[in-house]
Amino acid sequence: MNLETLQRAMAAAVMMPLTADDAMAQTAPDGRAMEAVAGSFIAPNSRLTAFERLEIYNRQYWFRMLGALAEDFPALQAVVGARAFEALSVAYLTEHPSRSFTLRNLGSKLADWLAAHPERGGRRHGLAVDVARIEWAFVEAFDQEALTPLTLDEVAALSGDSRIGLQPHVQLMALEHPADDLVLGLHDRQKREASEAGVRGEAVPMEPMRLPRLRRRATWLAAHRVEMSVYYRRMEPEEYRTLSALRRGLTLGAALEAGFEGSKLAEGRRPKKVREWFATWAELGWLCRASSEEQPQRTGREDE
Amino acid sequence: MAGNRFNGYQDLGIGIGLRIPHYRHIFDKKPVVDWFEIISENFMIDAGRPLKVLDEILERYRVVQHGVSMYFGSVTAPDPEHLRRLKQLVRRTKTPWLSDHLCWGSVDGTYTHDLLPLPYTWEAVERTVERVRMVQDFLEIPVAVENVSSYAAFSGSEMTEWEFLNEVVERADCGILLDVNNIYVSSVNHEFDPMVYVNAVAAHRVAQIHIAGHSNYEKYILDTHDHPVIDPVWDLYARAIERCGPTPTLLEWDDRIPGFDEVHAEAKKAERYLTRQTVQLAEAAR
Repeated sequence: MNLETLQRAMAAAVMMPLTADDAMAQTAPDGRAMEAVAGSFIAPNSRLTAFERLEIYNRQYWFRMLGALAEDFPALQAVVGARAFEALSVAYLTEHPSRSFTLRNLGSKLADWLAAHPERGGRRHGLAVDVARIEWAFVEAFDQEALTPLTLDEVAALSGDSRIGLQPHVQLMALEHPADDLVLGLHDRQKREASEAGVRGEAVPMEPMRLPRLRRRATWLAAHRVEMSVYYRRMEPEEYRTLSALRRGLTLGAALEAGFEGSKLAEGRRPKKVREWFATWAELGWLCRASSEEQPQRTGREDE
Repeated sequence: MAGNRFNGYQDLGIGIGLRIPHYRHIFDKKPVVDWFEIISENFMIDAGRPLKVLDEILERYRVVQHGVSMYFGSVTAPDPEHLRRLKQLVRRTKTPWLSDHLCWGSVDGTYTHDLLPLPYTWEAVERTVERVRMVQDFLEIPVAVENVSSYAAFSGSEMTEWEFLNEVVERADCGILLDVNNIYVSSVNHEFDPMVYVNAVAAHRVAQIHIAGHSNYEKYILDTHDHPVIDPVWDLYARAIERCGPTPTLLEWDDRIPGFDEVHAEAKKAERYLTRQTVQLAEAAR
């Protein structure tokens, strides 16, 4: 067996989902006995069969992947429950194994994937999707680039034809629930429990808890970084749509038009509203020079 | 002996891994530590707190980069984005050398994020050498490859692990990060004498040594980095130092991490071996 064939065969085996009792499956997806598959390239020793030796790597793979996802999505785990979270993680990772050299990107498609799989979100599927979006936005806002912001003079000189960029760390979300407070509360609780566990403590899922009932209410949110901390800021839909349009590369005039499309806000009150937005964006340093590399966010739903 | 060309002629002493639970202690107490090893992938990002922390560490301490996903033995070519970000980080840290593992872990662009063992074949030697050379040329700093712990052996292997390691480093003209705990773990799992391995390694190429603890299971042992170093591993370390001379040494402790002082004290146990060897070398020189 050449190296390429061996690596493909071993990777397929290592990434095969475990059985309910965390063992390697006896049969490969193509129907072959895993004992024969393992025996075709792995040598046994005096204590372990080829199957058992391969199983060590199969188990390690899943423990590592599930641990990494749980670390990035603790609130989602709390919302759907530990067992359902593990099941959805296995299904997600089977469909979307890591395609990046870093585990940081492991959950990049989870929110969109969950949105397309209502059977995985349980009774509160919509909330679960929102929570997943917020948690992924946190990951992005935490370490995405912060470009030089526009100065007040540069902001003052903008016209309808100007194209401006939005800081890469600013993550825009249109949600079905006002789930930001819930996520913040769950993250704070997780931090407290980890801190109480001390330095030596292992990452353990949060204790089961009763979650507050959250009514469905359209919510527009930005996750962004100030200094080194991530914050969430709620927005009106007009502001959200305008920022999303700017990120898509529209001119300022076109972005404002898109922002107020279908808005019930009286025409006469719009200039004041826009001035308020710009004051806030300038204060937060959200605006920067447009870049030809500026792309729509990798995840997050920016279109309603 | 002040290092060799594979570690930039650095005699750094004893380091420990830079880990998040220790940040507060390090910034508050500013302990004296010879050097810190960082996991490159944790800092190959655009911005944010991890890079700010790294910059503060770099102001005060020497830092050496250690990677976990270059996968020198993978048949698929490395991701150009990975290499670009790694080089960017190398410029930031000014690491005198860079290490990653003699293993594979990705195929066709899919990553297992594990350190999977290679079959010890001539084909694997050739593939690995090609990749180590390419990475070393691109990064323009010395690269050291680390022997991994393994739990499976391949029926197609054509040589021992230490023969494989020596073939790769000689042909790639690179350094070795000799992990004596990994040698011990693999020796139990594959039923060989670990001292034979240590005695066979190309000592003049050893840029750095790793020491660590592991976990025992009924039929095998796992490289978990969550315990103190056991005596048989210290014996291997002593022999490695005897053969390689005083070599930058790093204690790995990555899970169930104790307080900073406990980890640092465990690492400093290596000092007695380093000192003994330094004294012997001085006496021999007289």
